[in-house]
Amino acid sequence: MNQSAEASTLATVVTPQTLPGWAAHLLLPLFNLLSALLVAGLVILLLGEPPLDSLRILINSAFLNAEGLGYTLYYASTFIFTGLAVAIALQAGLFNIGGEGQMYIGGLGLTVVILSFDHALPGWLMIPLAVLAAALFGAAWAFLPGYLQARRGSHIVVTTIMFNFIAASVMNYIIVSHLVPPGQQATSSRPFAPSAWLPRLNEWIPTLGQTPLNISFLMALAALGLYALAVWRTPWGYGLRAVGLNPKAAHYAGVSIKGSIVGAMMVSGALAGLAAVNSEMGSGHYLTLNFPSGFGFIGIAVALMGRSHPLGILLSALLFGGLIQGGFDLSLEKPNIPPETFIFIQGLIILFCGALENLYAPALSSLINRFSARRRRLA
Amino acid sequence: MAPVVRFDQICKQFGPVKANDGVSFSISRGSIHGVIGENGAGKSTLMSILYGYYQADSGSIWLGGQPARIRNSQDAIGHGVGMVHQHFMLVERFSVLENVMLGVEGSALLGRSFKAAERKLREIGQRYALEVDPLARVDQLSVGAQQRVEILKLIFRGAEILILDEPTAVLTPQEADALFAILRLFRDQGKTIILITHKLHEIFAVTDRVTVMRAGRVVGEVDTASSSREALAQLMVGRQVDSNLARSASAAGPIVFQAEHLTLRGGPGVKLLDDLSFAVHAGEIVAIAGVSGNGQSELLEVLSGMRLVSEGALRFLGQPLPGAGRADADGLPAWFRALGIAHAPEDRQAEGLVEDFTVMLNCALGQQHRFCRGPLLDQQALLVHAQDIIADFDVRPAQPQLRAGLLSGGNQQKLVLGREIASAPKMILVGQPTRGVDIGSIETIHRRLLALRDHGIAIILVSVELDEIRALADRILVLCGGRITGELASAEFDTTRIGLMMGGVESRAEAGMA
Repeated sequence: MNQSAEASTLATVVTPQTLPGWAAHLLLPLFNLLSALLVAGLVILLLGEPPLDSLRILINSAFLNAEGLGYTLYYASTFIFTGLAVAIALQAGLFNIGGEGQMYIGGLGLTVVILSFDHALPGWLMIPLAVLAAALFGAAWAFLPGYLQARRGSHIVVTTIMFNFIAASVMNYIIVSHLVPPGQQATSSRPFAPSAWLPRLNEWIPTLGQTPLNISFLMALAALGLYALAVWRTPWGYGLRAVGLNPKAAHYAGVSIKGSIVGAMMVSGALAGLAAVNSEMGSGHYLTLNFPSGFGFIGIAVALMGRSHPLGILLSALLFGGLIQGGFDLSLEKPNIPPETFIFIQGLIILFCGALENLYAPALSSLINRFSARRRRLA
Repeated sequence: MAPVVRFDQICKQFGPVKANDGVSFSISRGSIHGVIGENGAGKSTLMSILYGYYQADSGSIWLGGQPARIRNSQDAIGHGVGMVHQHFMLVERFSVLENVMLGVEGSALLGRSFKAAERKLREIGQRYALEVDPLARVDQLSVGAQQRVEILKLIFRGAEILILDEPTAVLTPQEADALFAILRLFRDQGKTIILITHKLHEIFAVTDRVTVMRAGRVVGEVDTASSSREALAQLMVGRQVDSNLARSASAAGPIVFQAEHLTLRGGPGVKLLDDLSFAVHAGEIVAIAGVSGNGQSELLEVLSGMRLVSEGALRFLGQPLPGAGRADADGLPAWFRALGIAHAPEDRQAEGLVEDFTVMLNCALGQQHRFCRGPLLDQQALLVHAQDIIADFDVRPAQPQLRAGLLSGGNQQKLVLGREIASAPKMILVGQPTRGVDIGSIETIHRRLLALRDHGIAIILVSVELDEIRALADRILVLCGGRITGELASAEFDTTRIGLMMGGVESRAEAGMA
């Protein structure tokens, strides 16, 4: 039966409550964020610490103090990449949960290239090569789930979750069995030679102090710009968004759905792979076991909260970076507040901004309607 | 005697749109009352308020002389108001009886109440000539019979006032006549029928009185017998309508498209399209008639490259169309488009548009690669292209940056058709071009299609509206169950004959049929 054919007159009447853009993209996330902070504040109160004072410490250490800001931006650089990875897949209607694994494998890519050439190549050649390898390895790791989704209909959420576990096991084996130098206790590769170290920004801006903030922050900003350009200004992005918003219409228009799925997943994987560059080449200078430490997953929250918009991703990456930095200092200053508080607040933010995204939408919408009705009457 | 239903100054607003703006009228008991109006006139909103689906912002509903508060469909049924929706609300794998019982089972164990219900159902069936076997499974019934089940359900629950929302959209002319006979029987037994429609001939076929709505208001209320089609059409649209388009004689050119033994399988043993062979010439409109769901949608999908043929050959300008050796149709429509086959799909909202894109971006859908400067989309070229289509087809509001989902159905259709025509095709596939489109736009769309034909474009038109086919087609193919059950030249147009073909009575041999 041709079910959808008769456009039901009833269905066309039942439109969802629509909010103006500024309300949907600014007010709503703000309310959600405030709700998360409110609940977090209540818990901090229960822990026996004053919430407002804690918030002041958190903001101070994350954004107002120069060195703290450096750390915040350093974390944010990684979050921008993992957030973009999730966002580009979302544009094609795919929920890539595999950023963590793709980032991990991306780290393997850069390490393999660096360990092979770091004593032979100068920095200007070594660094781009390693960055490229990170992207390629990440893309390759995301290719299979993408291919399975496109060809076999295996759900991307399921496959990418599984690929995280596979990545973890594979990396465990490779690092422990092949990369740890003989006689070393720590489960990490040998240190990279300085030719593979990313220049730190405190070389130019000394007030940043001893922070690992490096040029991958600039790379992240460039990636945001390229993302915006690719998604909204190229025929490829046009097709990608059409697939994400209405696969039927995309198929009708001749866009290859399968090509878009595989393409989006590979770009997504490449971005997640690039997220490895910041910590591996900018801070630690070696590949270590479990280095992504959940940053790939936080990308999901960053993309959702940022609504896949470049500016939104930047802001939410800064927020999550600030939470890590500020939360860490908070736990140092307030002994009653454990370091895990960050994870707790992060969870609340994901709950309010992701799962309960439209909690306030009906109320806000009726409020706006009432307000504009009154304005019309007065006019 | 108090009217059975009285609407008193009903107002309902959705955002900035006043769907109902002070609607007042009455319906008397034991009558068939038509509510007619273009899409977006507010008919469905009003009925949804009567049925408890929405609450009016202001105004009140009076039932049998008493003000009534109807907060949901249970309240409505409690007041004896029942509604037959355009889309049936039936569980396909349940029997008729199970469907009727759903929600009013009556006891924890079904056995006893089932027996009683079956008896009652048979009684109702006899009394109102609603013959349906209570034990038949719904998915094995014809569409007309499924509709009767919907009506049975309401009568079973004690509905005294029946609302039917565009009930004939899925019926053959014969089935529609049968439905009207049932409605007359209801009326004669004292029930009240409210018939929502945009088809004038239905109003004259069955109603006693008719309310005309336009832009959320009542613009006229007349006894059907004392009115005329022209007068009602003018009330609906608000201006004079020219329903008879002048068309020149067909000057069909060489064959543009040919299908040979085209077959499409939907699964083991299921043929969605069964051995279709036909040709389309340049400058010719070939209409595919049929009750919706008989293979028309699949035919359009195959001809536009959205779906692969199972067997048979498609030739376009003498060359076989691509698709052979492919595993699936992913990306294939792009090739068909490149060859010059444009497609304005049946379901423009689901297929022809990305509703979350702007009008401007939708104007490039399927042709996005034509608007490139270097690797980037040329925003200026996109804008100019969109403005051309908007101006040429009078898409309103004329705002290229508006979200396409915010356009009305008629304007969406003009956008899609405009886009497809602007791609300068050699053949265009058009599915239900005027479904949900207001009368004014129908005229524009029909004129454009005829002009296209006169320019030597081959056109395949799928429509369930026989009036539309009569107005446009040079040749008519009738599809039933995926097979061609008849072919007529425009001069041979005959509603009865087409109706029989739509019902599956073959008449290619013409023996005893004509």
